[in-house]
Amino acid sequence: MSGAEFVPLSLTPILIGVFAAISCALPGNFLVLRKQALMGDAISHVVLPGIVVGFLITRSLDAWAMLLGAAAAALFSVVAIDVIRRISRIETGAIMGVVFTTLFALGVLLLEQSDASSVHLDVEHALMGNLESLIWLEARGWSSLLDPKALASLPPELPRLALSLVLILGLMLIFWRPLKISTFDEGYAESLGLPVRAISLGLVMVAALAAVTAFDAVGSIIVIAMFICPAAAARLMTDRLSAQIWWSVVFACLSAILGYILAGYGPMWIGFDHAVSAAGMIATISGLILGICAVFGPKRQARTG
Amino acid sequence: MSFALSYNVVLVMIGAGLLGIAAGVTGTFMFLRKRALLSDAVSHATLPGLCGGFIVMVALGGTGRALEGLLIGSTISAALGLWVVQFLKTRTRLTEDAAIGAVLSSFFGLGVVMLTLIQTMSAGQQAGLDHLLLGSTAAMLREDAQIIAAGGALVLCIALILHRPMMLTAFDENFAQSLGLNLRLIDGAAMALILAVTVIGLKIVGLILIVALLIIPSVTARMISNRAHHITPLAGVIGGVSGMVGAGISSLAPDLPTGAIIVLVSSGFFLFALFFAPARGVLASAARARKFQRRVHRRQGLLALAQGYHVHEPYTRKLLQHDGYLRADGVLTERGEDAAKAALRDETRLAYLRRNPVYSEFLSRHDGLSDLSRSFTRDELHHIDRAMETKA
Repeated sequence: MSGAEFVPLSLTPILIGVFAAISCALPGNFLVLRKQALMGDAISHVVLPGIVVGFLITRSLDAWAMLLGAAAAALFSVVAIDVIRRISRIETGAIMGVVFTTLFALGVLLLEQSDASSVHLDVEHALMGNLESLIWLEARGWSSLLDPKALASLPPELPRLALSLVLILGLMLIFWRPLKISTFDEGYAESLGLPVRAISLGLVMVAALAAVTAFDAVGSIIVIAMFICPAAAARLMTDRLSAQIWWSVVFACLSAILGYILAGYGPMWIGFDHAVSAAGMIATISGLILGICAVFGPKRQARTG
Repeated sequence: MSFALSYNVVLVMIGAGLLGIAAGVTGTFMFLRKRALLSDAVSHATLPGLCGGFIVMVALGGTGRALEGLLIGSTISAALGLWVVQFLKTRTRLTEDAAIGAVLSSFFGLGVVMLTLIQTMSAGQQAGLDHLLLGSTAAMLREDAQIIAAGGALVLCIALILHRPMMLTAFDENFAQSLGLNLRLIDGAAMALILAVTVIGLKIVGLILIVALLIIPSVTARMISNRAHHITPLAGVIGGVSGMVGAGISSLAPDLPTGAIIVLVSSGFFLFALFFAPARGVLASAARARKFQRRVHRRQGLLALAQGYHVHEPYTRKLLQHDGYLRADGVLTERGEDAAKAALRDETRLAYLRRNPVYSEFLSRHDGLSDLSRSFTRDELHHIDRAMETKA
């Protein structure tokens, strides 16, 4: 595969996939340890009503309008889950189920009722993204990476995801200690005077940021899979949090790259002439990695005694 | 034509209603076992099986639309998904929520891969499969509607037969086991019911939203009632009405998606319960908070007056005047004098009880606010007074 073919057609989708995967996997580590793994699931479902409302208000397909709408919806759902849980004293899982299915249904209804579906805004897009179409047509080969004119025509998803990845990484490093302490021992964190609830809310907000910036490029399936699978697999590899995070990053990258290549070229190897969904394949690979770790991972068993 | 259409609509409404009742009853079991979101994993895990069933049927020379084939395929893949959740939960250190999320996303991802594969197989034939994600009754055939109605009735019957053992298990595992019930069998049967609800609901509600029918009615019922034998019937009624009304509403106009409308009707029930439920609702807890506030104000006001202070706080004064304890000029009435004295006496008794650790058991019966005579018998109060006198 030459650079002239690889750089315009495959480099940007792979990079976008990798950035999206890592930015979801990082907060995913903490969500999995805090038994909040399904928060990622909930958030990525409410992204749909968010983008539809964003579109209906601004009447434009401008990415920022939709990102804002999605972020608002994510924030709304997080607050709604918390408030309803406090009022009703019913377990979080069930309340999550109520809130995210309701908002998703609302999103579907709004989509059908409005003319949004005519302008390439549909449920399938929200689920599966359009990773394959994020190509870089101006690129002529590896040399284009140094050519400012060609760089200007990069798909805007790439710098956006890179930015959010840097932001998430920065926040994680800055709040590393409080985050770590409050994740493993909330009571101890509280006794140290750490704002436990604020940390918890902040984590969910960072997860929402990751979900919102990633879904636009790669769809909700990858977002949910990347929140959970790499972190869960990494948890089966090590007892140390820092090592777990490194493992999860490796697994996320591996899923994104392998998944994209398998989806694009795999069917041709076995005689089909069409590619399959890259988003679906990336999620599948991440699940397979988790499966392998569940059978062979050195720390797969809970420590006993 | 219009007769055929309305016949179909009625069939779909009946089917959706039966399905809703069955989903409500089955969902209650999962909810009470704190595994509500496990059904989300089950429903998402049906997708690869649906696609697999379709591919196999087409490979065997069929059209790939036969419901039986899709049913077998989805049963296999959902069962596999459940097994993986169980494996991750019991054999590794991962918790159930991570296992659910992992299975849900990777199985769904695999399903999407297979869906795109099907889309390339040969055009036209795949029409309908992607409707299963969100459900669609617009182009439903009469046979489909009949199958859904019959399937809904069947699932409901099984759910009603299994209801008693399922409830016993949900409330007290050990007791159920001591009665000789096989927990694994009951959990397995509940899973099978959820799978059946999902598969039958695919055409109407779609596999992304079917979990709503399993969760929302039971949560709503739990909001409304604290009594075990009320929750299941309530959830069934809410689910049934949501299914029927939702299917009816969506047939009124072409762009009212059936699944979403059914879910939103049940969400309407939930929102109503959230505000108006008798014990857990917003209004009820606001009223409780207000009542508590009144009791605190009344007691503190009486204590202050009993010790010869004046009460200036307007809310407390208003309360005490309303009770007939206080005159408008801030002087206690005769009844007020008695009440204030009683409050002060209770407070001294309480102070004495708190000073003596032997009484801590005794004290735990009291909320610190109401009349002591409501928490203690007359003999006990007499004993306390005697003990105080001898101490003094």
